[in-house]
Amino acid sequence: MDSNNSNWEAVIGLEIHVQLSTKSKLFSGASTDFGALPNTQACNIDLAMPGVLPVLNEEVLKMAVKLGIALNANINSPTSFARKNYFYPDSPKGYQISQMDKPIVEDGYLDIELEDETVKRIGITRAHLEEDAGKSLHEDFEGQSGIDLNRAGTPLIEIVSEPEISTPAEAVAYLKSIHSIIRYLDISDGNMAEGSMRCDANVSVRKKGTTELGTRTETKNVNSFRFVEKAIQYEINRQINEIESGKKITQETRLYDSQANTTRPMRSKEYANDYRYFPEPDLLPVILEKEFLKFVEESMPELPNEKRYRFKKNYELNDYDAKLLAADKELADFFEEVVKKSNSPKLSANWVMGEFLAELNKNNLSTKESKVSAKQLGTLIARIEDSTISGKIAKDVFEKMWSSSKGADEIIKEEGLQQVTDLSEIVSMVEKVINDNPDQHKKFLSGKDRLFGFFVGQVMKESKGKANPNQVNEVLKDKLKK
Amino acid sequence: MELHELTLKEQLEGLKSSSFTSVELTEHYLKRIKKIDPEINSYITITEDLALSQAKEADTRYNNKNPLDLDGIPIAHKDIFCTENILTTCGSKMLSDFIAPYSSTVVSKFIEKGTVMLGKTNMDEFAMGSSNETSYFGAVKNPWNKEYVPGGSSGGSAACVAAGLAPAATATDTGGSIRQPAALCGLTGIKPTYGRVSRYGMIAFASSLDQGGVLTRSAEDAAILMNVMSGYDPKDSTSLNVEVPDFSQEIGKPISGLKIGIPIELFEQDMPDYVRKNTNEAIDIFKELGAEIKEISFPNIDLSLPVYYVLAPAECSANLSRYDGVRYGYRCEDPKDIEDLYMRTREEGFGSEVKRRILIGTYALSAGFYDAYYLKAQKCRQLIANDFSEAFNSVDVILSPTTPGTSFKAGEKTNDPIEMYLQDIFTIPANLAGLPGISFPCGNHKDLPLGLQLVGNSLEEGKLLMAAHHFQQTTNWHKDMPKV
Repeated sequence: MDSNNSNWEAVIGLEIHVQLSTKSKLFSGASTDFGALPNTQACNIDLAMPGVLPVLNEEVLKMAVKLGIALNANINSPTSFARKNYFYPDSPKGYQISQMDKPIVEDGYLDIELEDETVKRIGITRAHLEEDAGKSLHEDFEGQSGIDLNRAGTPLIEIVSEPEISTPAEAVAYLKSIHSIIRYLDISDGNMAEGSMRCDANVSVRKKGTTELGTRTETKNVNSFRFVEKAIQYEINRQINEIESGKKITQETRLYDSQANTTRPMRSKEYANDYRYFPEPDLLPVILEKEFLKFVEESMPELPNEKRYRFKKNYELNDYDAKLLAADKELADFFEEVVKKSNSPKLSANWVMGEFLAELNKNNLSTKESKVSAKQLGTLIARIEDSTISGKIAKDVFEKMWSSSKGADEIIKEEGLQQVTDLSEIVSMVEKVINDNPDQHKKFLSGKDRLFGFFVGQVMKESKGKANPNQVNEVLKDKLKK
Repeated sequence: MELHELTLKEQLEGLKSSSFTSVELTEHYLKRIKKIDPEINSYITITEDLALSQAKEADTRYNNKNPLDLDGIPIAHKDIFCTENILTTCGSKMLSDFIAPYSSTVVSKFIEKGTVMLGKTNMDEFAMGSSNETSYFGAVKNPWNKEYVPGGSSGGSAACVAAGLAPAATATDTGGSIRQPAALCGLTGIKPTYGRVSRYGMIAFASSLDQGGVLTRSAEDAAILMNVMSGYDPKDSTSLNVEVPDFSQEIGKPISGLKIGIPIELFEQDMPDYVRKNTNEAIDIFKELGAEIKEISFPNIDLSLPVYYVLAPAECSANLSRYDGVRYGYRCEDPKDIEDLYMRTREEGFGSEVKRRILIGTYALSAGFYDAYYLKAQKCRQLIANDFSEAFNSVDVILSPTTPGTSFKAGEKTNDPIEMYLQDIFTIPANLAGLPGISFPCGNHKDLPLGLQLVGNSLEEGKLLMAAHHFQQTTNWHKDMPKV
């Protein structure tokens, strides 16, 4: 399929819904906690009782402005709300309070880095505040649907990109970059599996070299980075096949089925809507005072790219390491804690991205849930630096730290793992190994240089790994000549 | 003199001086309601047990010498205000079994001041109507002549006060729903500045126009109740966070020098001779009281009715979407699927006037029509507001008749919506501009009352109440009560 795809190019725009991590809902005081029993976190306002009115949770304004600044966008003041009308059982008012004419964030951009390290700028059309809907539960009730309104009214910010993304890989890079930013800004946990970050992809294809846009489809329900890539790729291939077999693309909303890795059209009544937007009369336009904007600007945290350049400059890390660490705020913070204790940035970076991440992945844990603290790991690395233990021994110590929650020094002491640096002791071990292996010694002397490694190995074995490797090398070089 | 012939202010004095108890006063009203209301139909729900227990509590506080501001005063609430654990129907089949889980801010404020709730008053369905003939609970009759309508949508509140079945009643006004029934029933009715009274718990018809107020038997009584109702409510984002004056003090201020504007365009309209004559007599009374009369111009006044009948239905079409049979209220029998549930619930649960307005509003907001209707109406609304701003540069209040005539016979306008909508031609502009308006009795024609309207600048309810109060010091029309 790829062979005929080379004549085509895709035009992709993403709409990313991000749940803002406020304690209470966008327009009511009900809790936003995930996982409570159905309808226990829906108050009179969320239930759309007659006579109730929305009151804006002002916490979201700061979050939205932070995002706007991070996306190099304009902040609209006044910003205003609108009603989006549609009937659906999980939309209790029969309309959703959203933003239309004056979204809080408008006209920004994000620079993403592609695999070949080129940088591409993706325009951000807008990011607007809106309330989430409840959930319809179709499985649990035979012939009926259950409605859970706990999620109804949870604040969302919808980030709409320009259709400037060209490949599934770019879409993922963009999505990951947005994910990294919202985590850095601490405005959402960005958990795609729980739905706190959701992505809809608008995809169309056209012949390379043409400028006219093809008919687009909107694919919903894509809830992981990997699925975004797969769903978009599927949709591109599908559209090319359709057009090449003489059919036309229908403008429609499609659902991604991750198990079958296909997209299929949603039932027509789920999307055939004239939303009849009009200004929300229950909420006045919100004016964002200059002092407020200044306050938010001054309280902006360091962003992923800024951190990456600081890591390169201050810690002399290479670009790859700096980028990888900076992409994940928790990991970057962990790394900096490690360095404080270890005083060795390069070795710390290797350990954090190597042993540490491997252990996390193996146990399916997040950085926060690590069994070894940053300080403990920093101490371990410091023991490598000051030659108390070798890097190899350190790996064993790390595993013991992980399972016992003991510190590095405690384990080194208890197990007598301290490196042997006493020259006379090393000399006697070297002599013993040479004496025990006369044949190999002969071969070495007759020119088989490669046997040097064999002797190093034997000495290390003799010392149970504790001999200082540099000293062993030096002594062996000297003794083997004789 | 019987207890119901006293004004609210006089009743409060009577309670304070122990001339009678709240239980006696309450029982007097409950007895009258039982006897007279079956014919008037002004109440949907009578909260007898609650009223008596509230009255007893009030009497205890009087005995303990620590009464609340309005302790023991009976009052009726329009059935548009949510009342916790009490049926709240909004005059609709859709909510005919709806027990509200909470109380509106207005009702809570009245309870906090010690008032006794007699019941919930009848109204046009979802406050849409000018004759109280669209109620699911039946039409309300005008106590002055039972063949005539009491006006609407607060027709139940107006009829019950006029008939002496409550000393006062809360009401709401989206396009004239307090002032028009006040005029048709010979009462004083005030619609405050938009945002002066909290809308929380007041079932929405058109959110940018709705405002709660009261129907009373004098401007003095209205001032007392305005002191209770007014004020900022953090639960209503459109409520105004401004200081509330003591309206009972405001009404005592002198009237001399008050500049009253007469919009020349209004008097160029067709109106019956008796309305013109009566209005001119009222103007003369104000002149004698020391007010200055000035002619003013309202070039965009003709836009009011069309603008209103785009914006109010547009907002109502969204506000009434929540009545879908899913969570509360009426639900059709045996729905086949969700579509069927929506369609039949709304088809069966709403009356024809409500459906008419939902359809108009949905149309006006639809893709391709939005700019021509909704957006244009919003622009015209601004022009009307500008006319008022211009006028208030030179006058304090603006005078006009409240309605184009006295009450009309039941059924007379029900088949002609446009004729019905014209009832509100003088009252709608104040809603569009968010300004306060008051109507008070200024005469009668063929034994039916006539009302005079004053519209004031934003937050100047005090001036309206003051002017009405002075008028009522030299006239007696507000004291007339129908024989029921």
